[in-house]
Order: sequence, then structure tokens, then C-alpha cells
Amino acid sequence: MTEREQRVLETLEQNRRRPTRFTSPRIDMSHGAGGKATHKLIEGLLFPAFENPALAPLADAATIPFGEARIALTTDSFVVRPLVFPGGSIGELAVNGTVNDLAVSGATPIGLCAALIIEEGLETEELSREIEAIARSAERAGVSIATGDTKVVERGKGDGLYITTTGVGVADQELNLSSAAVRPGDKILCSGTLGDHGAAILIARGDLELEAEVLSDTRPLTPLAWALKDSAGPALRFMRDPTRGGVGSVLNELARGSGFGVALWEEKLPIRDVVHGACEILGIDPLYVANEGKLLAVVAPEQADTALGALRNTEGGEEASIIGEVREEPARMVVMHTKFGGTRMIDMLVGDPLPRIC
Amino acid sequence: MKYVDEFRNAEIARALSAEIAAITDPGTHYKLMEVCGGHTHTIYRHGIKDLLPDQIELVHGPGCPVCVLPMGRVDDGIAVAERPEVIFTCFGDMMRVPGSKGNLLEIKAEGADIRMVYSPLDALRIARENPDREVVFYAIGFETTAPSTALTLQRAKKEGLENFSVFCNHVTIVPPVRALLDSPDLRLDAFIGPGHVSTVIGCRPYEFMPEDYGKPCVVAGFEPLDLLQSILMLMRQLDEGRCEVENQYSRIVPWEGNLAALKSMAEVFELRPYFEWRGMGFIAQSALKLSDAYADFDAELRYSVPGLRVADPKACQCGEVLKGVLKPWECKVFGTACTPEHPLGTLMVSSEGACAAYYNFGRKSFEKVEIGTRQ
Repeated sequence: MTEREQRVLETLEQNRRRPTRFTSPRIDMSHGAGGKATHKLIEGLLFPAFENPALAPLADAATIPFGEARIALTTDSFVVRPLVFPGGSIGELAVNGTVNDLAVSGATPIGLCAALIIEEGLETEELSREIEAIARSAERAGVSIATGDTKVVERGKGDGLYITTTGVGVADQELNLSSAAVRPGDKILCSGTLGDHGAAILIARGDLELEAEVLSDTRPLTPLAWALKDSAGPALRFMRDPTRGGVGSVLNELARGSGFGVALWEEKLPIRDVVHGACEILGIDPLYVANEGKLLAVVAPEQADTALGALRNTEGGEEASIIGEVREEPARMVVMHTKFGGTRMIDMLVGDPLPRIC
Repeated sequence: MKYVDEFRNAEIARALSAEIAAITDPGTHYKLMEVCGGHTHTIYRHGIKDLLPDQIELVHGPGCPVCVLPMGRVDDGIAVAERPEVIFTCFGDMMRVPGSKGNLLEIKAEGADIRMVYSPLDALRIARENPDREVVFYAIGFETTAPSTALTLQRAKKEGLENFSVFCNHVTIVPPVRALLDSPDLRLDAFIGPGHVSTVIGCRPYEFMPEDYGKPCVVAGFEPLDLLQSILMLMRQLDEGRCEVENQYSRIVPWEGNLAALKSMAEVFELRPYFEWRGMGFIAQSALKLSDAYADFDAELRYSVPGLRVADPKACQCGEVLKGVLKPWECKVFGTACTPEHPLGTLMVSSEGACAAYYNFGRKSFEKVEIGTRQ
């Protein structure tokens, strides 16, 4: 390596370590896609304003000490179009999404709050169908809708229905789940097939004139999270549900947060043929497609097989697999060993997953 | 998955890789350019560089149609998109390409009606459904996508659709390759020819490469085995001292091209005298505009656009990096004035461009990555 290249690489590294600044003059759709732009928005604009110890880990749920216990707190808004899609609907998503943020933080959900923003003109039949979906999903996940709010906005100011849910849970005191807890050699577990939700939504929108039977994977992850806690105990280091931005973005967060590298094996990634096919046609990478019922976990190597067995014995985890592991190198990066026999660097999602033309 | 997995078979890949290694001269450094951005994507996605001996370097060429578009053309597109009566339609990967003051995604956020389409025929449908609006299709791409634009225009004319027009940025593949070959400091040994372009134009247009410049060319498909086989075919030519155009992608590419598509293109388009390429400057007869018969559908005539030439910053050295003369980090503006967030040159626009990849992953963007034993 020449001296000049060394200097350039050092400058790049310094730039990376500098605090993020948010410089976009306006919000565009990429800021909502869960990739690099979303991170810039959060780290450059929101975090500096709110900075506090509960927020600092930027986890799926925050934990706040309360007497002897620790309370887990999270919130999520749902703006999906269409409201109903194969395998689920916005009501179901709104409950599961928030329950899952608590579950992957190792917390037991105890109550949910649901705020509905309804567009003028929405048919009552549609609304009551979603209310029923919320009630049904809450029952399935074992939480109550303890409080809520309704607002109506003028026609044209919302896509029929937006839902925000906030969840409260009790954090598990014995678990220390964070990217800082992972160690080289730890295994990365994935609870099932990737990209089902995102692919189902893309196809359901009908813009693509693609016909395929793909169901959203929306489901509560509490049973899977419990199975991992019970089987792995303190060997469980980290959990996330790879929603927007997909597995590729979450694993990049893990690599950056831990300072270690993440290695994946492409042949171990569980992806349905039909999702794979749709992604091939659309030029989208399943690694960046959203999931709503999958979790990623990092488990110490000696407990990894036990944890995998526990996942596979739990409903929704039948297709779980060990997809990779944490390594010393390449530090702060994600690399995938391809089926073809090569390696590929996996970046965080940049912008929206837009289709390629060539 | 059927029709895909067959072309990604690791066992066959290992065999091809061994054959390539066997005819690679350990004392020679080979530079092969894949002209097409689609090939670059396959190379990254499947890690093909890891299956090649260290002596073979793959140089990513100028064939990414969105990356080569100069800022001035993006600015012109944005000026049209900002008109209140216009529904502006384009392919998804055009949305992030930077103009001098922003990209289409940002203009959309400011209120412009910009819609992503998968085919120009979708733009035509939007025009039919919105008779009180003006629908503009921002056409980009090489000869791969030009026939679909031609067909769409033929339909629009037949239907007499008055609220539809095309902002044409179609480019042709041969002139930029010739421009590269003409430069005295070129350091490339052979070319992987673009597969999809060749389904339209065939293989004959590449004959100048061996004949006039002494460089072999193999037209290649887009699956990883296609590329490995093409690299083997090029290495065999170099090894045996042959120099010709060969067609690896014969399951799709007819030697003479697609005559029906070429006929449609000839009716709808004519060559521009010159066109600007980001990072490469002006290249004669390297792009298409609408022919006189289709002038009514020409958005450049229908709307007044700034038409300003936004100069590539003088320091941008994409051309040198493309020719293999410079490495990304040797460019004067790399990582300072030119970053993935604010790219100046074509190689920083796409995340697979040589500069963007180096920016994100350093030497790991081109060196073998050791990830240890597998489970």
C-alpha cells in the first residue's frame, strides 16, 4: 500500500467516526426506508436533541429503571398501502410490530396503546375489520390494548388509516442484550425465511403486474424470543427483528455497534423460491427486504445449537437456521460468502430498495 | 430456483476457475474491462473476483446508463418535472442520480409529480388515464432499453396521444468504448462485451475492437457462470494469441442482433451529433434523439429546458480511473469533493462504481476477503 493510499484510508476512517450531521434540505422517501438515510436522520437530527441514557443505545425498545424493575418502552407507526395484503393487514401489523420490538429487547409485553389516524371517507366496514384485527392480534400476543386515541383527517390527507402503537413491557434483568455484548465466534441465528413481508406488499400493490402467492410473515415474536431466552440464557447476546432495511441493514448495525465483523453464508440464508424469484425479476436484494415476523439473534457458540433447536421447535421458527457468525475481521463490516464460492461486502441499505433497470 | 441455479453452480465455477488459473501466466498482469454495469453487479453480488487468480484484474467500464448521464441532463429533466402540469415518469434507479442542485427524489419531496415505472408502456398508460395532464417519460439506457421506448412512441403516435412525450437520453455503446480505446494511455487487455445491448445490436458492431485496436471481446451473459466462462474465453484468446469477437451469450444473443428492434429504432430515433458523458466529456454520435417524424413527442422541443452544460469539476478523473490509469484513491477529489452522498463522477454514483465501492469498503472492495473456515 502506498503512503498516499494509507493517507486517504485514514481520512475516510476519520470521516466515519465524526458525529453524523443531517444536511438534507427536505425529507424525502429514502429517509423512511430504514437504511443509511434513516440513520442519518435519527443520529444527525433527533438524537442530538433528545440525548439521554435511555435513548443512547438506539435499541428497538428503551429500558428505564423503575423501582426494582426495568420498564421497556417502544413505539411504532404503521403507514402501509394497501391496508389489507396477503397474509395480514395494517391492524395485525400494528400490534405485532410493537410487541416484537419489546420481545427482541428481551421484555415481556404488558400493555399497548393504539392511536388511529383515520381519513375522511373510510368505510366503517373497513375500519371495524382493522379494529377486530387489532383485538385478535393483541389476544394472540397476550397483551391488552390499554388505551388509545382517534383522530380524523380530511380526505386526501392519509391513506385510509394510519396506526401508531406504543408498547410497555417488563425488561428481563438477567439479560444483557446489546451489540456491545457480542464476541467473535458467536453465531448468528435467523428464525425463518427472509423478505416475505416486503415481497408480499410489493406484489399486492399491483403496480408490477406480477402474480405470485407470497404471504406476509407478520406474527408476534414473543414465543420465539422466550424460546431463545430459556434455551440459551446468558449466552443470548443480541436480538433484533429485521423490519425496514432488512437483514443487511441490521447486521451492519451489529457490526458497527460491536466493532467486530459479521460473516454470512449465502447458502444458509432461508429464502422462499417465490420471494427469490420476485426479487430476481424486480432487481431487489432479499437481504434488504422487510420482515415482520422474523428475528435475528446472536448466541455464544456453545449454546448455538441448543438455541437453534429451541427455535425450530417453536411455532414460526421451523425454518430457523444459523446464517453466519461474528468475527474479528473485517472489523465493522459485513461480508457474505456467496453460494458461488466468492465473497461479497454487504453495505447498509442506501436509499429505498429501488429496482434496477440493468 | 429453476433457470437460475443452473447458472450459479459452485462446482462448475470451481472447474472454470481452475481452467482460468491454468492458462494464466504468473508473470503477467491482465486487465479485463466489463463494459456493462449489469456485469459489474454480477461480479460484486457473487464475488467473482475471488475465483480469479491475482493476476487478473477486472476493470469496471462505462456501461451504467444512469451513472454516465451528465448533471446538465439531470437538471433539464428536473426542470420538466417541476412543471405543475407534468407527470414525470422514469425508471427507479434514475431517482437518486444527482444533478447540480439535487436529484429527482428531492424534487418529488418538494411536490413534483414523479412516478417510477418499470416500462415506458406504463408511462403511456398513465397518459391515457390522465388526459388533462402532460405525461413525460424520461428515457435512459443503451440499446437495451431504446427499443421499448421506440415501440412506446410508435404506439403513442398510432393512438394520437397528444399528452405524452419522451425526454430522450438514450446512448449507444460503441462510441464510448471507441473513445476509451483511442486514448494513448489505455491499459486494458480485453473486453467483456455487454450481453443485453447485444441482444439488440448483435455482435458485429464489436468487430472494430480486434480489427482496429487488437483487443479481444467476448459478449457475455449476466449469470455468474456466464461471466466466468467469458473470462476463460478471453484468457484462451490471449493465451493462444487469437484476437476476435466471440459470443458466450449465444442462448440469447443472435450474431446479427434483433432486426425488428433495430427497425423500430431506426424509425423513431436518429443519432445526435455529439453527447456529453459524465466523467468522459463529449463523444461524437454517442446518443439518440427523436427523429423528425416523432418531433411532436420530443419533450426537449415541447418544453423549454435550461439546456445548460454543467461542467464536470476539472479535478474529476473518472476517465483515468475507467481507463485503468489511476486507482480511485489517486483521484484528486476522491473522498473530499466527491463522496457517495455528493458524487461528482460516474464511478461514485452507483454503489457498485469502483470509487463508491472503495469509499465504502477500502481495499476489501477488490482484494480477497478471508472470512475463515465454514461451519
